Amino acid sequence: MTQVQTYAGLDPARTDFYRQLLHRMLLIRRFEEKAGEAYALGQIGGFCHLYIGQEAVAVGAMAALRDDDYVTSSYREHGHALARGVSARAVMAELFGKATGCSKGKGGSMHLFDAERNFLGGHGIVGGQIPIAAGAAFAIKYRGGDQVSLCFFGEAAVNIGSFHETLNMASLWDLPAIFLVENNRYGMGTALERASAIDDIPARGASYGMAAEVVDGMDVLATYDAMQRAVERGRSQKLPTLLDVNTYRFVGHSMSDASHGTYRTLEEVEENKKNDPIGGLCGRLLDEQLLSHKDIEGIDTEAIAEVEDAVAFAESSPDPDPEELYTDIYYD
Amino acid sequence: MPILTYRDALTEALREEMERDPDVFLMGEEVAEYDGAYKVSRGLLDTFGDKRVVDTPITELGFAGLGVGAAMAGLRPIIEFMTFNFALLAIDQIVNNAAKISYMSGGQFRVPIVFRGPSGGALQLAGQHSQTFDSWYANVPGLKVVAPATPADAKGLLKTSIRDNNPVIFLEGEMLYNTKGEVPDGEHLVPLGKADVKREGSDVTIVCYAKSVAPALKAADTLQREAGISCEVIDIRTIRPLDTDTLIDSVRKTNRGVIVEEGWPYSGIGAQLVDTIQREAFDELDAPLLRVTGADVPMPYNKKLERAAKPNPQKVIDAVKQVTYTA
Amino acid sequence: MATKVIMEALSPTMEEGQVTKWFKGEGDKVASGDTLAEVETDKAIMELVARGAGVLRKIVVPEGKTVDVGSLVAVIGSAEEDISSLIVAIASPPDVAPSNGDSAGDAAASTSATSTPPSTGDGARVKASPVAKRMASDRGIDLASIEGSGPGGRVIKRDVEGAAGAPAAVPDGAAGGFEDVPLTQIRKTIARRLGQSMGPIPHFFLTTEIDMERAAEARTALNALDDGPRISYNDIVLKVVAAALTQHRACNAWWQDDHIRYFNEVHLGVAVAVEDGLITPLVRNADLKTLRQIATEVRDLAGRAREKRLRPEEYTGGTFTVSNLGMFDIDQFTGVINPPEAGLLAVGSMVEKPVAEDGQIVVKKRMRVTMSCDHRVIDGATGAQFLQTVRRMLENPMAIVW
Repeated sequence: MTQVQTYAGLDPARTDFYRQLLHRMLLIRRFEEKAGEAYALGQIGGFCHLYIGQEAVAVGAMAALRDDDYVTSSYREHGHALARGVSARAVMAELFGKATGCSKGKGGSMHLFDAERNFLGGHGIVGGQIPIAAGAAFAIKYRGGDQVSLCFFGEAAVNIGSFHETLNMASLWDLPAIFLVENNRYGMGTALERASAIDDIPARGASYGMAAEVVDGMDVLATYDAMQRAVERGRSQKLPTLLDVNTYRFVGHSMSDASHGTYRTLEEVEENKKNDPIGGLCGRLLDEQLLSHKDIEGIDTEAIAEVEDAVAFAESSPDPDPEELYTDIYYD
Repeated sequence: MPILTYRDALTEALREEMERDPDVFLMGEEVAEYDGAYKVSRGLLDTFGDKRVVDTPITELGFAGLGVGAAMAGLRPIIEFMTFNFALLAIDQIVNNAAKISYMSGGQFRVPIVFRGPSGGALQLAGQHSQTFDSWYANVPGLKVVAPATPADAKGLLKTSIRDNNPVIFLEGEMLYNTKGEVPDGEHLVPLGKADVKREGSDVTIVCYAKSVAPALKAADTLQREAGISCEVIDIRTIRPLDTDTLIDSVRKTNRGVIVEEGWPYSGIGAQLVDTIQREAFDELDAPLLRVTGADVPMPYNKKLERAAKPNPQKVIDAVKQVTYTA
Repeated sequence: MATKVIMEALSPTMEEGQVTKWFKGEGDKVASGDTLAEVETDKAIMELVARGAGVLRKIVVPEGKTVDVGSLVAVIGSAEEDISSLIVAIASPPDVAPSNGDSAGDAAASTSATSTPPSTGDGARVKASPVAKRMASDRGIDLASIEGSGPGGRVIKRDVEGAAGAPAAVPDGAAGGFEDVPLTQIRKTIARRLGQSMGPIPHFFLTTEIDMERAAEARTALNALDDGPRISYNDIVLKVVAAALTQHRACNAWWQDDHIRYFNEVHLGVAVAVEDGLITPLVRNADLKTLRQIATEVRDLAGRAREKRLRPEEYTGGTFTVSNLGMFDIDQFTGVINPPEAGLLAVGSMVEKPVAEDGQIVVKKRMRVTMSCDHRVIDGATGAQFLQTVRRMLENPMAIVW
């Protein structure tokens, strides 16, 4: 069993960086809370998968990337888009299906895209995005670049064919890709050990000769550190990495199921909430006196204001023009 | 004009486009060292090296999806399926990603990719290696579907497909690779969405494409000679987008139509063409449109059964006689 | 199952009809084929027959009321059947043109109001290919009059082409005996230029005065033979015109827009004044009939025309028309051609007048006739030659039997 990497010690010189991480995580938390509300009010339709509890993964991972790197994600990607720098306005408007959304209201919650930020989309088919990320990595190598291609997917995707086919090719061809397994333990309601003959995810990487790490995904700095190692492996050695980032979702799989009751207990959820990634980072920053309660409150207020603004923006934005129905099908 | 086989015309298109644009690469099973399972990529590895001519593991879903990602990141992949029978393994990537990402992203991403390879019935390959999925792809908005019948069209359409900014399903006729014809040298581009009138006529329009063009032309010859029936043979060349104008103009002239396709009849390409024609030219029709299709069965192995399952000139002749009320 | 009785298109040009008399009353038993009512059309009084059996449950259109073709006239059903929905569905637009089938109940009504009624006489739907329907509509041909050669009797393109230009409801007769001659360039040019100069039909007129002494003698002699039907001057004119037309086929023709149809048979229209207009019943194959036959037939036709009891086939499909206003003391007049025919002979009154003959003034029975010609079909000399034959025959009746 691979050792879980944890982070030790804060560097006072990097307080601004920590503040940024905290801000991003709080933004995502407040955003998702608001999205849940808007969904309940019928302002958001369709499937909607919230990221509450997993904020450290997106924020820590994305902090290790450059703007010219590529990111591909699954359908639980509001947090990834926000962490990548897509504005709360553009994401919220997309959830509202508005013309000002980051996919012009044509993608919705599961299909956030941002070409400017090399954000290759949220994808609705489990595992469907994994080969795409490898394709971006292939393009990087083809052109002799030093970017990396980061791919988020859940632990339930490690049993699907595209995962295996892609890991094989990425390792075979030495592609600068990072396969980040966002391991929240449950594929919808099925626990990993109930679905996988081998629940040791790094062992999956080993079977393709790929470097792998287990990461504490409730710790944003540990995630950031592990990502930095993976990014370095990609940039300088053009080698892929498999990261098993352990996390926990505090809410249900989607808006249509409860956070607990069938496949997991309230006790389990409450126990994990004690390990809240945002609370964790705040505690350490307070402990080491890098930020005060007031500072943190200020950051949170800022995040809340940003989300309120995003909702107002989404509400007041127009629906797509009816003619948009038939645009963007083909690219001239 | 040089005489080339359909296969060599395709190779010429690949070579010319790879020379023209360094972002174009070819990927698939056996495309490099083996020179291609059907030798369409013969010699390309020697010229372009293994960076641009890439042998893959047998993982259609994986390399099709990898191609989509590479296209999103700005390259122009040509993904070869050893045959389109195996593309079923990749259909999630083709339908859910290649076809939809432009739309789902509100037009931010384009996916300029060509999925190509042999398609359609072959000889005694039985149920899993001898079939036609044209209508599956043509059903999907976001895909373009191209199926050349002649060496010249094979070259001209492939070059255009590679330059197109959208995913193109390029269906090569497995049984057409050895057919020969005149092929223009160099820059020969055939636009997508433009049908070709392969033979002019006045009594009936025979619509066909790819491998069904030859039996259609043969039937037209026989009908003219033996029955004095003048057939207009239209090769649609591109299944999607469809050149409706050429089709309708012809039906307006002849008032009758027979559609020939290799695929299964149920929900086939011909069904779509019938819909288009009856909608656009209802008042011009003098007879029900008839379809000559592959039999509604998995392809049998036995030679005689196999022959019975495929379209042939006689079936076209019978259909034409029915619609011209000369049966 | 109730049967709707609708106002049927009983003549090719009929758009509306007046119910003049009901033969059955509400509650009467009705068998299929029974005459229900008498309907006056634009041309004649026709019979409306039952297309279903049962009881005449409801008369929707009372005597004296006029409704459009396709309108509900009555309902036949079983005695107990609830027919209220049928009546409600149609009740609203009795006097307006039927709408384009906005409800299922209206569908039958609205389709039969189109210019080419798709119903055959026996009520069965005419099966026709779409292009055949369009072509028939363009050319004003009644599909029901065409025998379909497609599967199940489907009327197809070639059938319409074969019937091209035939009048709606082609009666027996006009079908076989003709030859279609394509237009030559000069003929097309004449047609186009003359068409521009005067109305849709470029008329021109030829008048001649005929010595009727011998015709009068012959008529007196014939009528003295027995007590059979008396021969009129007009009968003699008809017989002569028919005979002359067999010698001048160029005048026995139809203008057909893209070709001219020359008939080998002569179906003479005889203009008959009726109370509120004019109708031209036909003496079919007039050239093959004796004077006596012609006399008998014309009398019958004229009588029934005045009673509006002509059947459509008795007044459609003529090849040439004779119009006689002699009985009104009209010396001469010009008639208007009855298209698609190409010629008409207008006959004036026979008068005794002084004429110079061999240097002497003598009194003779004279009659003026004026021929109207469609210049697209008949040129001046052609018409003149025909008229010359007519004149010679009337001046020497024996010439008829040459």
